[in-house]
Amino acid sequence: MKKRNYYLLFGAILTAAVLAFILLGYFWTPCDPMKMDGAARSAAPSLRHLMGTDKFGRDILSRVMKGAGATFLVAFGTVVIGTVIGTLVGALTGYFGGWLDEVLMRFNDALSAFPGFLLALVLVSVLGPGRRHLLLALGIVFIPSYARIVRTEFKRASVQNYVKSARLMGASTFRILFVHILPNILTVLLSAITIGFNNAVLAEAAMSYLGIGVSPDEASLGYMLSDSQAYLSTTPWYALGAGLVIVLLILGVGLIGEGLQRKDL
Amino acid sequence: MKTSRALSLLLSVLMTVSLLAGCKSGEPQQPADPAAPPASGEPAQTVDTSRRASNEITVGISQDLDNSLDPHTMVAAGTKELLFNVFEGLVKPTPDGDLAPAVAESWTLSDDLTTYTFKLRSGVKFHNGQDVTMADALYSLTRCRDEGYVPALADTVIEGEGDTLTITLPTANNEFLAYLTCAIIPADYADQATKPVGTGPFKFVSRQTQQNVVLERFDDYWGEKAKLDRVTYLIYENPEALVLALKGGAVDLYAHLGTTTVSQLGDEFTILEGTMNLVQAVYLNHTVKPLDDVRVRQALCYALDRQQIFDLTADGKGWPVGSSMYPAFRKYFDESLVNLYPHDVEKAKALLAEAGYPDGFELTITVPSNYSPHVDAGQIAAEQFRAIGVKVTVQPVEWATWLEDVYKGRNFEATVCGFDASTMTARAMLERFTTGNSKNFIGYSNSDYDAAFNDALRARNDDVQTSAYLEMERILAQDAANVYIQDLVDYVAMRKGLTGYRFYPIYVMDMSTVRYE
Repeated sequence: MKKRNYYLLFGAILTAAVLAFILLGYFWTPCDPMKMDGAARSAAPSLRHLMGTDKFGRDILSRVMKGAGATFLVAFGTVVIGTVIGTLVGALTGYFGGWLDEVLMRFNDALSAFPGFLLALVLVSVLGPGRRHLLLALGIVFIPSYARIVRTEFKRASVQNYVKSARLMGASTFRILFVHILPNILTVLLSAITIGFNNAVLAEAAMSYLGIGVSPDEASLGYMLSDSQAYLSTTPWYALGAGLVIVLLILGVGLIGEGLQRKDL
Repeated sequence: MKTSRALSLLLSVLMTVSLLAGCKSGEPQQPADPAAPPASGEPAQTVDTSRRASNEITVGISQDLDNSLDPHTMVAAGTKELLFNVFEGLVKPTPDGDLAPAVAESWTLSDDLTTYTFKLRSGVKFHNGQDVTMADALYSLTRCRDEGYVPALADTVIEGEGDTLTITLPTANNEFLAYLTCAIIPADYADQATKPVGTGPFKFVSRQTQQNVVLERFDDYWGEKAKLDRVTYLIYENPEALVLALKGGAVDLYAHLGTTTVSQLGDEFTILEGTMNLVQAVYLNHTVKPLDDVRVRQALCYALDRQQIFDLTADGKGWPVGSSMYPAFRKYFDESLVNLYPHDVEKAKALLAEAGYPDGFELTITVPSNYSPHVDAGQIAAEQFRAIGVKVTVQPVEWATWLEDVYKGRNFEATVCGFDASTMTARAMLERFTTGNSKNFIGYSNSDYDAAFNDALRARNDDVQTSAYLEMERILAQDAANVYIQDLVDYVAMRKGLTGYRFYPIYVMDMSTVRYE
């Protein structure tokens, strides 16, 4: 009897809820997230401001909605860049091996030899600040880990019988790589993606926490967390709002990843 | 098993988030100098009676002093701030921003503005009991010159005869006198680094690393003697500990508090409000469009609502400035410039339209991310500029990047930051904006301004010079060279019953006038 995959279920529900929250934030927020109100500075949660207001009297809920959207986009973009390029590199090196493997993987090693966060910092300072550059920088940082995982899988698959027979049948290399092998390593790739997504959310939050790559008046979860620190004892809801969304988003996607690993595709 | 994995996942997520919320250090270091406004006289109430009986106080400081207490080699502002009580130069700064005679009794300046002639004051004693002689003065000044401690002394000729000391400069230097605050120390004394000896109102008694520094009144001081017998500086590197020490009664006076900390202190303290002694502004790059248009700059000035910035960041407190001069420099501060551009959104929009930008333009305000007062002011100013249609992006950068790109590279549109004066001269604030000056990072150029600066440099008479400097400030304001905001508030907490604390326009803490009521 097949057991119910609760990880996948709860993960999906949680993620869907957070995504709905984020999606709503793109179209509607209860207040203008930029509107400052001197009269309502650091106000406690109330009906008007469900999560309270920050030090400038801006509505925290509205800012969290906007900020979560921005964080999600950066994390999503990062994972897309990392996965697409990482998969390409991994597939080519893993399948063909030889000098291509040597060259690309040594390059990969060099990239992963840098502490990821530091590399992202360097890239952002070279590319210049801005969310788009942050996305690019984080994407580049995420490539090596995907490339390594995919390479291992392709290397293993390349000597297996279904690949050999596909080759004998005269299938094109492209077809072998992406039609025959790729679907077979999807489980591994998907859980790598979910883990990577979570890391990307945290990386974005950490970078904006450090004040890098984001504008402080745009809402950003990491920046809000950093900003809330000085007021932790007097206005704890400031930190709570931003922190909660990060926790829920990561937990949801993390559970999905966990569920995928346990699921037999 | 399953639940424990889910639990551990949740825990690890929580931990990462809490790590995130805890990994950045607290408040950034601001170049904080107290200055200016009047000290309110509060009735005597709660003072530690034993310290009152022995006429001494304890002062909290947030950092230990330099390893060497040699006044010529010390580097930290905190060391200079404290040893201001121990050392004096030929002249010393006054709370008004002037230079008063100290070891020198008087001085004259030759007609070609290059030779200063000082008459040494007679009867000035060092803390070790010796008289200050011409040999000591010559030793101190030549040491500062030869070792490069005071660059302004380079290539000068220093001579002494009787009680007359002359310094001849290679070229006239208007701000030269301000550098002669460098300490006069005994010529034949080897322990300056550990047991400093000077001529100030307090003498150094002892020091325990990371713990305390003790000063005592110098009874043979040439001038007005210190009121307190003894001042003990207690070192608290942790800001929370310092506040606790203030509340608990271990510390009687502390000089650099922020708005949030002040609100935590009870009413057993007199809170004196001073300023950081800097000019915070939205500095505008005059070399980029459309900021090269004076109407656009004026529109931004009209769009600014200083009071909202004060309300949102410092409970309504702040010292509005209207030009590149902060109020503590009373002599040079022109209050009429503050309200040259009252908050007026309609007028701002009209000016923008007149300049050809009826729909506004795009503007990036770069802010140094480590200075939260500047980041905050930048965000609020951005919101105010948006109200007149300017599409503003606030871009925080690290301090190193700011220095490199904004300040040195001049690659920016607008930036919020603060500039202070390195010496007690108006020149230190104003020379920067003369055409082609290496520090003129906003690329400001105005021939009237340059002419006024030349007048100030050539002036022999102080009034003429001051009016030239005031003229420069007026030109900056009328040109809307920058969107001037404020000099930030800085607080001194002093236990009730103490009085006499004086603010200076530079970073010093003068204990000689503090006394019990």
